[in-house]
Amino acid sequence: MSNLKLHFDVPGDDFTRAGEASGKVKKTLKDLGFNPEVVRKTVIALYEAEINLVIHAGGGEIDVEISPECIDMVLTDQGPGIPDVALAMKEGYSTAPDNVRSLGFGAGMGLPNIKKYTDDMKIDSVVGEGTTMYLKVFTN
Amino acid sequence: MKISEICEKLELKILVEGDMDREITGGYCGDLLSWVMGRAQGGDCWFTVMGNINAIGVCVLADCACIVLCENATLDDNAKTRAEMQGVTILSSEENSYTLATKLGNLL
Ligand SMILES: Nc1ncnc2c1ncn2[C@@H]1O[C@H](COP(=O)(O)OP(=O)(O)O)[C@@H](O)[C@H]1O
Ligand SMILES: [Mg+2]
Repeated sequence: MSNLKLHFDVPGDDFTRAGEASGKVKKTLKDLGFNPEVVRKTVIALYEAEINLVIHAGGGEIDVEISPECIDMVLTDQGPGIPDVALAMKEGYSTAPDNVRSLGFGAGMGLPNIKKYTDDMKIDSVVGEGTTMYLKVFTN
Repeated sequence: MKISEICEKLELKILVEGDMDREITGGYCGDLLSWVMGRAQGGDCWFTVMGNINAIGVCVLADCACIVLCENATLDDNAKTRAEMQGVTILSSEENSYTLATKLGNLL
């Protein structure tokens, strides 16, 4: 059987739609019968990455590939890029503006959460060009 | 313990009724969504003042059992609609998260 592939366009700065893609992936994984803890890990990581597209990058795209062994997620954007990825990975580091904080975002816990809930995480970022994030969760 | 029982014992108002038979297995207090995302456990009763649409998303994805809006925090209209669509139970109380969490802790 071939792997299931999903694609989403994520609009920038639309907080009412932020999380839609993650919600759809959750439903798909649940319907496919994956272990609930695998589903939870996957969608928490994906949600944080999706929110980052909305808050920090003016939107972007998400590709998800689901196989029986693992779930691969690739998030790409043409946003400002991340000048210092190691710094951005630190708990509490955030450049989110105040209006975003008042919604409950911008705690600087997104990238640490992604690290915690995925089995593999890779960030390629070029300042002024954009960011690509590769995430993997094993299903066993 | 079921949501319905907790609801009765903590004298919570029901703003949106989801699956009231779902089991509550723990609790989490917090308003910063990424903290909740990263730290809450599936089945938790989530105490917060964050009644916006993004809180509904976090509750679904982190698989919390329900949201309890503390200190009569408001539930936005679009959040209510989303919660109804997704079957998320939203409860409310005039008491603060400390008081409510203490009561929950005594029940579980
Ligand atoms: N896709 C992205 N494009 C540009 N910058 C990003 C992106 N994702 C994360 N960042 C940067 O990394 C920081 C930390 O991200 P994160 O841990 O999710 O915290 P938060 O989103 O709460 O600020 C952000 O504040 C931002 O500066
Ligand atoms: Mg973030």
